[in-house]
Amino acid sequence: MHDKTVTQLAAALKSGEFSSRELTSHFLQRIEQADGKLNSFITVTAEQALKQAEAADQLRAAGNASALTGIPLALKDIFCTQGVKTSCGSKMLDNFIAPYNATVVEKLSAAGTISLGKTNMDEFAMGSSNENSYFGAVKNPWDLSAVPGGSSGGSAAAVAAGLVPAAMGTDTGGSIRQPAAFCGITGLKPTYGRVSRYGIIAYASSLDQAGPMARSAEDCAHLLNVIAGHDVRDSTSVARGVPDYTETLNAPLSGLKIGLPKEYFGDGLDPEVEKAVRDAVKVYESLGATVREVSLPHTHYAIPAYYVIAPAEASSNLSRYDGVRFGHRCDAPADLIDLYTRSRAEGFGEEVKRRILIGTHTLSEGFFDAYYTKAQKVRRLIRQDFLDAFEDVDVLMGPASPTPAFDLGAKKDPVSMYLQDIYTIAVNLAGIPGISVPAGFAAGRPVGLQILGTHFAEAQLLNVAHQFQQATDWHLKLPAFAEENA
Amino acid sequence: MQWETVIGLEVHVQLATRSKIFSGASTAFGAEPNTQACAVDLGLPGVLPVLNEQAVAMAVQFGLAIHADIPEVSVFDRKNYFYPDLPKGYQTSQMYHPIVGAGEVEITLDDNTTKCIRIHHAHLEEDAGKSLHEDFHGMTGIDLNRAGTPLLEIVSEPDMRNAKEAAAYLKAIHSIVTYLGISDGNMAEGSMRCDVNVSVRPKGQEAFGTRAEIKNVNSFRFVERAIAFEVERQIELIEDGGTVVQETRLFDPERDETRSMRTKEEANDYRYFPCPDLLPVVLDQAYLEHLRSQLPELPADKRARFQTELGLSAYDASVLSASREMAEFFEEVHRVCGDAKQAANWVQGELAGALNRESLSIQNSPISAQQLGGLISRVLDDTINGKAAKQVFQALWNGQGSSADEVIEAKGLKQVTDTGAIEAMIDQVIAESPAQVAQYRDSEPEKRGKMIGYFVGQVMKASRGTANPQQVNGVLKAKLDALL
Repeated sequence: MHDKTVTQLAAALKSGEFSSRELTSHFLQRIEQADGKLNSFITVTAEQALKQAEAADQLRAAGNASALTGIPLALKDIFCTQGVKTSCGSKMLDNFIAPYNATVVEKLSAAGTISLGKTNMDEFAMGSSNENSYFGAVKNPWDLSAVPGGSSGGSAAAVAAGLVPAAMGTDTGGSIRQPAAFCGITGLKPTYGRVSRYGIIAYASSLDQAGPMARSAEDCAHLLNVIAGHDVRDSTSVARGVPDYTETLNAPLSGLKIGLPKEYFGDGLDPEVEKAVRDAVKVYESLGATVREVSLPHTHYAIPAYYVIAPAEASSNLSRYDGVRFGHRCDAPADLIDLYTRSRAEGFGEEVKRRILIGTHTLSEGFFDAYYTKAQKVRRLIRQDFLDAFEDVDVLMGPASPTPAFDLGAKKDPVSMYLQDIYTIAVNLAGIPGISVPAGFAAGRPVGLQILGTHFAEAQLLNVAHQFQQATDWHLKLPAFAEENA
Repeated sequence: MQWETVIGLEVHVQLATRSKIFSGASTAFGAEPNTQACAVDLGLPGVLPVLNEQAVAMAVQFGLAIHADIPEVSVFDRKNYFYPDLPKGYQTSQMYHPIVGAGEVEITLDDNTTKCIRIHHAHLEEDAGKSLHEDFHGMTGIDLNRAGTPLLEIVSEPDMRNAKEAAAYLKAIHSIVTYLGISDGNMAEGSMRCDVNVSVRPKGQEAFGTRAEIKNVNSFRFVERAIAFEVERQIELIEDGGTVVQETRLFDPERDETRSMRTKEEANDYRYFPCPDLLPVVLDQAYLEHLRSQLPELPADKRARFQTELGLSAYDASVLSASREMAEFFEEVHRVCGDAKQAANWVQGELAGALNRESLSIQNSPISAQQLGGLISRVLDDTINGKAAKQVFQALWNGQGSSADEVIEAKGLKQVTDTGAIEAMIDQVIAESPAQVAQYRDSEPEKRGKMIGYFVGQVMKASRGTANPQQVNGVLKAKLDALL
């Protein structure tokens, strides 16, 4: 069962090949056997999952099942789930039981899916390797000495290892697409505003976006159908109709115009990664697409702009973790300032503190215009680059990451870690959607092809990705770990 | 040296929305701590704000009422600082693009002249919670019921020159917001409070002196007293060779003084930046016109109309237009009796006196505008005389009867205007007062006028106050003079 896609599992449930309870038990068992080595889960909600599975089976028996009823999945521990610990990978929230469900969680639950638990992540979604989790690093199932990518590394590793058929992630600067690439799965970051952020613990509000991570683009289409849409509880979610993303998956690609941003193929790109990406582009040409080089001239400003805007928002968003109302509180505070400083010093990890300090600095009087205001101007230029490019081409393609997954502990310098997101970050600054699909291997580790579209072009991205997956089988390859450890 | 005082006010008005500015929780006052705070107000992880449209409409109405520019786009910003009763670690406010731009407010001074105070801008923001220091030994309790309550902060230009002007300005704002119905204006419950910026400078000097900000003054009287104290403090300080430091001060009404709270050096860096969770507020002309069409008549317009159309004095017009309730009461009395001057006299005289004595507001007046109007009508048509009118008023005030007519009937207060009946009473009084008649007759003619008062009193007494005094006077004089 674990080598099947969500689409295949849904068909099997429908035909009665097995029940949701059997399916859920199967994955729970795999988690129990294998996750000790992977560390991809923070919390497993076995009992609750089995109850939900039984309810799903009853629903199906009564003839009330919808497309995904009875499908197990996992949620990044950034989604608030009622009655379940929601830690966001932080000691700060190690004791936090959310009293409500995120809109995404509510929608998935209403669609009849089953949550097996909460997946590991970089603390407060800050990181590109999943080494910043209070609950320890996640390991890449393709090579346990490699990182799974961050910050949705737990979700990516769990799907890749076949511990769950799909998982939800969030992407602020590449946190769905980069781990999807590192773990050889498909991950979609929708347009900013396509999926409600309500109940997702905020890192950088103007960049955060939730999206599905699964084995195939088709699976992602099914999941996006469920989670997309306007939410009155999130003012930045867009009131715009949600198409059926599965309906256009098989549209032919002849005439598709692909742009290759020259800035995505420059210095620092691993040659094997480049080869895999260029080979993938050739597949598209064989499917009738035309290819041309385009330029996104402000690309090299994306990382500096991101590391002004994201920490600025984060420094404000994380102010609420002060030990007063919930979360970690230091022992026996002497006074108010002691309560604040020690609770925060003890509760936050190094990377989170670093970004809070950066953000506090860039927003402070005398620096605001030089940093924040400037970064917002750069952001507009970056967005305009994309809009200009989409005047000429339908989609952009390039690598999701300059290298395949690197070794755990390999990147000690924060800036070299920040550069991992060089191809993904601009997408969040522009608010456009992007998807990473498996497209080969480099040094035995997966390579992700990143496909970008204009705002609300998710249907097109999924179509383009699905057609590639119809023509290739990279997305069906499972790591040896998936077979050996469960 | 001659000193000039410069005063600017930041008035915080709590808007009378049903729910909070960014959540659906109730804004009602006085509930048990933390029973009116939802996940959004508590700042729980993952929650997001959703702007209350009613708060926007109220802010815009205020802007229209003060003839302000209403920018097409306004933006919410985050003001970042740590405080236990500030759940998110920031207050959502408007720093760079407020919802209401420059406008002006007319104030009325004691001598009934008016002055224009410019408004710099007004912006929307959320209130914080409340720290409770009592009942918790060595600890502080936090009540977040107030967190997220919508506030409109109205920032004036430094246009006021003395404490009286500042108080008049605060009253004018109070009057506008209550007229609009966008706030209950209840200062005791904190629905309106203000920060006062005060500085002094030598008369004739253009540059402002260093200002002190007095925080959270919550009554008209305290505003006057805090300013009076602060002005005196600053002048004495400078005259003694010291300098005023820019600082935040607190007014202590018990001791009637201001005290330093924090100096500029200790001031926070609020790190304002646009709130990424909220979209800019975009208002189109049609929306503004819609709100404009719903504006009630405002105090300044009412005051002008009372003078020009109803012929009231500047003073009467000003007093009667000061509050919406007072104005509406007066207008109803006027509608019923048809005489503006009489209506004004009664509302400001008998009624205001009675309300004052019992510390009642006009909303709680035991006598209704219809009743008072009916009473005045009966005076105007000579059904009762002034003396009886006061009795009727008292009876209505005490709830003895539903209308003036009913009271007049029940108490037999109808004025006797029948000449025959009056003559009979006069004849009887003259017959029963031979000594007084003799005295009258023997008096110097110029003193007789005074003496007639005795006879009038006797006749009125005999009529139990119902005789028409003018008539009694005339007939008496004729009859007594006939005896000379």
